[in-house]
Amino acid sequence: MALMSEHTGHTGHVVPVSTYVLVFLALMVGTALTTGVAYIDLGRWNTVVALTIAVTKMLLVVLFFMHVKYATGLTRIVILAGFFWLGIMITLSLSDELTRGWEINPASWGGIIPFLLHIF
Amino acid sequence: MSEMAAHGAHEAHAHPPGFAHQFEDVAQQKEAGTLGMWAFLVTEILFFGGMFTAYIIYRSLHLAGFITGSHLLEVKFGAINTAVLICSSLTMALAIRSAQTGKGRGQIIWWLVLTMILGAMFLGFKFTFEWRHDYLEHIVPGAYFGFENRPEWGANAPYVQMFMCFYFFMTGLHAIHMIVGLGILTVLVVMTARNKFSSEYYNPLEISGLYWHFVDIVWIFLFPLLYLIGGLYKR
Amino acid sequence: MSTAIAEIHEGPAESSVNYLNANYGIKSWLLTTDHKRIGLLYLGVITFMFLIGGTAATIMRLHLVEPQGALLEPETYNKLFSTHGIVMVFFFLVPSIPATLGNFLIPMMIGARDVAFPRLNLMSWYIFVTGCLFALAAILSGGVDTGWTFYPPYSSIYSHTPVVVMALGIFIAGFSSILTGLNFVVTIHKMRAPGMTWFRLPLFIWALYATSIIFILGTPVIAITLFLLGLETLLHVGIFDPAIGGDPLLFQHMFWFYSHPAVYIMILPSMGVVSELITAFSRKKIFGYSFVAFSSLAIAVISFIVWGHHMFVTGQSIYAGLVFSVLSFLVAIPSAVKVFNWTATLYKGSISYEAPMLYALGFIGLFTIGGLTGLFLAALATDVHLNGTYFVVAHFHYIMVGGALMGYLGGIHFWWPKITGRLYPDMWARIAAGLVFVGFNLTFFPQFVVGYMGMPRRYAVYPAEFQVLNVMSSAGASVLAVGYLIPLVYLTWSMRYGPPAGRNPWGAKGLEWTTPSPPPTENFEEPPIVTEEAYNYPTAGAVHV
Repeated sequence: MALMSEHTGHTGHVVPVSTYVLVFLALMVGTALTTGVAYIDLGRWNTVVALTIAVTKMLLVVLFFMHVKYATGLTRIVILAGFFWLGIMITLSLSDELTRGWEINPASWGGIIPFLLHIF
Repeated sequence: MSEMAAHGAHEAHAHPPGFAHQFEDVAQQKEAGTLGMWAFLVTEILFFGGMFTAYIIYRSLHLAGFITGSHLLEVKFGAINTAVLICSSLTMALAIRSAQTGKGRGQIIWWLVLTMILGAMFLGFKFTFEWRHDYLEHIVPGAYFGFENRPEWGANAPYVQMFMCFYFFMTGLHAIHMIVGLGILTVLVVMTARNKFSSEYYNPLEISGLYWHFVDIVWIFLFPLLYLIGGLYKR
Repeated sequence: MSTAIAEIHEGPAESSVNYLNANYGIKSWLLTTDHKRIGLLYLGVITFMFLIGGTAATIMRLHLVEPQGALLEPETYNKLFSTHGIVMVFFFLVPSIPATLGNFLIPMMIGARDVAFPRLNLMSWYIFVTGCLFALAAILSGGVDTGWTFYPPYSSIYSHTPVVVMALGIFIAGFSSILTGLNFVVTIHKMRAPGMTWFRLPLFIWALYATSIIFILGTPVIAITLFLLGLETLLHVGIFDPAIGGDPLLFQHMFWFYSHPAVYIMILPSMGVVSELITAFSRKKIFGYSFVAFSSLAIAVISFIVWGHHMFVTGQSIYAGLVFSVLSFLVAIPSAVKVFNWTATLYKGSISYEAPMLYALGFIGLFTIGGLTGLFLAALATDVHLNGTYFVVAHFHYIMVGGALMGYLGGIHFWWPKITGRLYPDMWARIAAGLVFVGFNLTFFPQFVVGYMGMPRRYAVYPAEFQVLNVMSSAGASVLAVGYLIPLVYLTWSMRYGPPAGRNPWGAKGLEWTTPSPPPTENFEEPPIVTEEAYNYPTAGAVHV
């Protein structure tokens, strides 16, 4: 895997300028789209659309500008671990904050189902 | 590195300037540097992530106040700044590419300086058009900046102030990272001018690029989460 | 540390140049990039911080011999227990093994010349020292009285103590630990010698790798938490302030998201040391290598999903409490796996009882007690009664002192000959180990009892019926203190007068024992090539050395 005797003299993958420019244009379009869609009333879906566009923009930056498309599996695991751990912090904290008002001792075990649905 | 004197002198140094002797070869050094920077960026994900967590919790609990607060911000500056940062990511990527493809230091420096100008523009717009404006409008939270509750906020007033706390904390932390980034870019310009980089060795550029792109990604999330809450259709 | 080191005499075939005498002068130490010297720089600073934290504890225990308090005003007592906790957690235990033994040993154990980023390593030390200076400044200007947990709104609004200065010190020291963890992860991934595959690594490396993962993923969260607390306190603006709809419990979530995994930062390296000690002093291959290795990773991962057990009684929703309680039981499993594997390693081993082994055996017993009492606290129903009492205090001291600190002392003693090239007098070391064990139990076992009987923690006074047990605890503390001070004497003595150690005084397996003691600056005369498994001791029938 990473034994010192195994390294070769790579200088890293060179991404064509055209790729960078295309990614740049996609990011600009995404920004315009996010701003534009905010003027349309989609109710709760406004947030979903905005976050979807944001995640897409992030993926473009990560894969192309940050060269992760050409990177090792180890790099990808490290990045995924970061986001996964952030997810742990958000999810478990929310599991407290959002359930504070719930009645203790639900009348039936059926109370568990809404709880699970709320989390997922 | 004088303690390394005992290290075998049999190597005729074909290694480029910037090679560090705890490594076997340049490739190992590059992999180590890249892994190290990604590990650092993971810490930044968790660092900013703490504030994002708090933001998510309070937004779920007090959405109306957050919408009111978000509508106090000027979307056009947020959008312009987003575009500015995206441009700066492009110029940064092109700077690294120039080094990779063995272009002269002039071209590398040109792209780096352009990145710095865009970064400075971002900060300039933020501080002069947004923060200063917010101060004059009395919506900077806390005891020292003359925050004034407005009657139209009604019972949501504390949560509007809460939103403004998040706005200033999150964009402030982001701005600090931008300033550090500008410092790093300055160092890179100096290093490039001193011919430290070649197509064989340009690690510091690559890993600084990773940092810069990360700061851009944070803003990519901050823009919709702070400026576009509740949509712009009923302002 | 610099010019006071005498010329080290090696055997006839050894060069007399090693990392200690390669360069002289204070600049060669303060500007070193040698991981071994940096480990020693850390050793000096954390020993100093340990003495500060220990002094606070001494005064507290002296005060507690009287139910109405023998020495201090309650406000002062509050500042002392806060200082004790903060210094011991953030400035002693968290860096202890990683920054000293980890820095010294990781490159040697994997067959590398140095860590991946030596200059970053030195910078980590300077950052750590800066953090210590801020903490000391806070202590000298009166100290904080918030407890090491800094809960708002007391810490942000009502406590008129240097909270921000202390928080800044912790923030800075935390950043140092992030850089150390990062350095270790990259070093272990990228700088292993030829033939050193993951499953040939010493278990100490696995333990430190798992610890470094926690450093990287957890520490930033306490950083942002303290940053926000600082902003709240300084600017009177805040997100934990109920007056503007904030939730003080959010602080607790963010605080414990780091601070629970932090306790595993404190124990995992010790467990790694114990794996090394048990194998070396039973002259036997570890039982279940891959189980022990994976259990370190499992502890690191599971440690991040249990933090709510610190908040069962502070207002957390009962549903979240249920989830955290179940998960907390889960985290006991990999720890138990380790204890079983160590015990199985001892079985039919060729055991000897030098001081490091005494510390290791003490660890196994005391950590087991501490760990089992954690289960009382993980169960919601019993935690309601035990939380906030001395039961909790005893539980975590069994783990932190009976566990982590004993592992640290065992490791210091085990690798001392490698670090200094000298042997220390084993008789005195065994006496000290014995005093530590006896003193520790006398100090903290009574605390389980008083806690169970209801004596609250963090109180300067207590009901008279608890006095006998408190006096016992304080008496134990004085024995413990003597047990800690004795090694300072003979270890220092040994640096000048101890007999030369030779390459491998314990007859142990591991790459670090193949180099001279003290090692040369570049660690190995020839870069090693690894061909055998870890702990490749000869099987039954071998002669006891």
